[in-house]
Amino acid sequence: MMAYPMYEVDWSVLPPEQNRRFNPAFNIATIKQVVNEAIERVRMPTPTRLRDLIRQIRAARTAAEERSVVNKECAYIRSTFREEDSVWRCRNIAKLLYIHMLGYPAHFGQLECLKLIASPRFTDKRVGYLGAMLLLDERQDVHLLITNCLKNDLNSNTQFVVGLALCTLGAIASPEMARDLASEVERLIKSPNAYIKKKAALCAFRIIRRVPDLMEMFLPATRSLLTEKNHGVLITGVTLITEMCENSPDTLNHFKKIVPNLVRILKNLIQAGYSPEHDVSGVSDPFLQVKILRLLRILGKNDADASEAMNDILAQVATNTETSKNVGNTILYETVLSIMDIKSESSLRVLAVNILGRFLLNNDKNIRYVALNTLLRTVHVDTSAVQRHRTTILECLKDPDVSIRRRAMELSFALINGQNIRSMMKELLTFLERSDAEFKAHCSSAMVLAAERHAPSNKWHLDTLFRVFLKAGNYLRDDTVSSTIQIISAAAAERQAYASMRLWTALEQSAISGLATERQPLVQVAAWTIGEYGDLLVSEESNAISMADEDGFDEFTRPSEEYVIDIYQKLLWSTQLSITTKEYLLLSLAKLSTRFTTQPSQDKIRVIIDTFGSHIHIELQQRGVELSQLYRQYAQLRPALLERMPAMEAAAPRRDDNDREPSPEPDPAIHQQDALLDLIVGSEPLTNGDAEHKTTPNLNNNTNDILDLLSGLDLSGTAPPSVPATVAASVPAPATLLLDGLFSPAPHIPPAEVSTVTALEKNGLRVILEVERWPASDGVTLTMRASSLATLTDFLFQAAVPRTFRLDMMSPSGTVLSPNSEITQVLKITNPTKTPLRLRIRVSYSSEGNPVLEQAEVNNFPPDLFN
Amino acid sequence: MMQFMLLFSRQGKLRLQKWYVAHPDKLKKKITRELITTVLARKPKMCSFLEWKDVKVVYKRYASLYFCCAMEQEDNELLTLELIHRYVELLDKYFGSVCELDIIFNFEKAYFILDELVLGGELQETSKKNVLKAIAAQDLLQEDETVDAALREVGLL
Repeated sequence: MMAYPMYEVDWSVLPPEQNRRFNPAFNIATIKQVVNEAIERVRMPTPTRLRDLIRQIRAARTAAEERSVVNKECAYIRSTFREEDSVWRCRNIAKLLYIHMLGYPAHFGQLECLKLIASPRFTDKRVGYLGAMLLLDERQDVHLLITNCLKNDLNSNTQFVVGLALCTLGAIASPEMARDLASEVERLIKSPNAYIKKKAALCAFRIIRRVPDLMEMFLPATRSLLTEKNHGVLITGVTLITEMCENSPDTLNHFKKIVPNLVRILKNLIQAGYSPEHDVSGVSDPFLQVKILRLLRILGKNDADASEAMNDILAQVATNTETSKNVGNTILYETVLSIMDIKSESSLRVLAVNILGRFLLNNDKNIRYVALNTLLRTVHVDTSAVQRHRTTILECLKDPDVSIRRRAMELSFALINGQNIRSMMKELLTFLERSDAEFKAHCSSAMVLAAERHAPSNKWHLDTLFRVFLKAGNYLRDDTVSSTIQIISAAAAERQAYASMRLWTALEQSAISGLATERQPLVQVAAWTIGEYGDLLVSEESNAISMADEDGFDEFTRPSEEYVIDIYQKLLWSTQLSITTKEYLLLSLAKLSTRFTTQPSQDKIRVIIDTFGSHIHIELQQRGVELSQLYRQYAQLRPALLERMPAMEAAAPRRDDNDREPSPEPDPAIHQQDALLDLIVGSEPLTNGDAEHKTTPNLNNNTNDILDLLSGLDLSGTAPPSVPATVAASVPAPATLLLDGLFSPAPHIPPAEVSTVTALEKNGLRVILEVERWPASDGVTLTMRASSLATLTDFLFQAAVPRTFRLDMMSPSGTVLSPNSEITQVLKITNPTKTPLRLRIRVSYSSEGNPVLEQAEVNNFPPDLFN
Repeated sequence: MMQFMLLFSRQGKLRLQKWYVAHPDKLKKKITRELITTVLARKPKMCSFLEWKDVKVVYKRYASLYFCCAMEQEDNELLTLELIHRYVELLDKYFGSVCELDIIFNFEKAYFILDELVLGGELQETSKKNVLKAIAAQDLLQEDETVDAALREVGLL
């Protein structure tokens, strides 16, 4: 096989017989052949050619075979690198790059690339820079070694060497490299050579992106780029200016004066006749047009004068662009975005929305996609114009393409208002039912939000929520359960009966069809509601409530008490339901024992609860044992303990819920104080359930198990009416707290990071908080550790958080703090809004018989705690 | 700005990769693998855009090859399709009705052409003629160098 050390067949034109393109000198090939043969006689062996290696690798039939070819070649290449073989370096690097693309490690070629770059030969440089771009990036220290080579080549007399260096700098510039070479690049922008000028302009763009501070030095050279005729220089100049304008408002103002220049360039592009060099299907340089349109949009935003100056040209582009091809639509798309973003005339806006309307009806999926995308971006500007296309948008919800469905879904949510909510929700419910798993979570929570915001009536709201529960199943966000429970709890008695009847139908159907496992949030809400209002469910008095749905159907049959319990039993004994769901069901069942009156049902409930006394899961077992006690030793407590919960205060309004009337909030200072007071009310060991606490004040002497029992029921969601929104406020999800706080599954996830915050340090007492993030969740676990130099008794740690957080406190490890021991207590905080955490703490103890009280606010948590 | 460009075959074999953002090798491989699977799973009638992680992926199939670009959110998707098409046209002009094998065996040429079209993730030249002229001139430079060296080696120079 022919092989010549300096001539790399692979790196030059193809052999003449295969050469399908321009060949500058046929006789060169002849000379080459003679030379090759001569050399082959003297120099053996030679490395495999790139072409042959690729053939060998492609011929490999199994992955193992390929690996062995690659490993053999890599071993060989390494050995040549060790021997500093400069003759074959270029070929070896080329082979290594191919091997790299197949996914094998190639880092050992990094230094060799640098050697190639340092070579005076263009061939070596070309491959060396290619290798550098592929194998090096700023994460490797080696890349800094390249800076010097780049500096040399940026000063080369050969434009292509400068071009290679600029290209590499643009691809792998790190902040250090950018700083070192910025002045070279700035000099090259001013070069008279368009080939170098355009590359330098994009390099400057990358440098500014990496190190925004370096922008100033490029400003003088940049403006003149727009006076060039060469389109390469123009487009790179516009790109560079766009980046600068986005970088700082001052620069944006500085460049406002170029609007007429840009308008002129755009006008020339449109009006100039056919130019073969820049024509794309009849449109003159769409790439440049789009870049200019985008820069105009940035310059015209919130600026009436600049907008005025570009109004005409935008109208001209919008009306004169040919739309039969993709290029035309590309430009129209960009024009529409600009029209919507600047302070354009209303007639122009109408034109833009009409273009989008046409896009929506286009047969091309891509065009439909950008139409939906753009409508979403413009919906806040002109809702009514977008509303006109509602039917088409809803139609897109049924598209087989996931990208289009996603856009249509988001747009649909943006279009929901008080007038169309009924019909929109109907469509979205159908969509939710059929959508892929990835959509269900997002879609259902957006539906819950929209329903909350625009519900025409309370009944409709509940009905819609229940349907969402049915269709979203387990994809529903956890907080929806608690917010729904809160809505039911706050509703009128008749509505509560209605809810329990509706949910009963859903629960029964789910239990019988075996779908309960996929609808656990529904089961939880149903369990809570039936537990609370079970008497209304079975009572004949509820017959007056109409259960007919929108179509007039009434499928409701009133269940007997025993049938309800049968269904509960079926669910509780199912192996598929989560522990949390079973906890809901078990407590609900206990509550039903005071709602249902007949003896057989009482007995049944008792039997079921007793079986949980030996449940394999410790928490369920504990609940089972405790609830059993309510039938035995503490039977007299049962009715009072299981009383109906008072109506819950409204949960904190959702973040993005702006158009709802602000609910009168108590003064925040008072509120904080209340929260603390409230904590103190419920500060006996383990309890923070103040409502129940007040109903049973005479039972405090009934020893600790009662209190423990109370903690199990944990009714802290119910604030007494005299203290508005205190516990309920700091606990926006009261119903999940009912169980979650105590047996949350979260702690089993290994914590990702632990950091420590000192909360209090005073008089020898030191309280620190260890913060553990839950991976991929919006909560943290704080472990309070208290240590002291002196012995302290009656140590009590209390904490309060703002109302958007949820705080669950576990029991402390003790109340006596001696010098060489510590007290720990675990706090769990969830934060759906991801705002920075603030925590107020209060520590009380007795030191040598004197009571001491300390308070502090802790707000030095890591700022990115909830990311 | 383009974050990266991938060329891969219908069988999911990577043919070209160009990264304009710095990622560790491991992440690049992961992204490549996941993206290839996602794109190959899409049906031919579907649109060319894919919202994937925080990038907008624009892809188009030409014969057996997928050309796939990851763009930033504010980039014009339709224009990216034009950019891909422009690159394909250039390859076609250079190789003369290009096929996958041309790109496999001359992958470095494919990179060189891309580097004359796009720099640092942005388009640098809108004239096909200028790109091809620059490539031809550089090829010629290599050629001259080789001949020169060859002649020197056998003592003719």
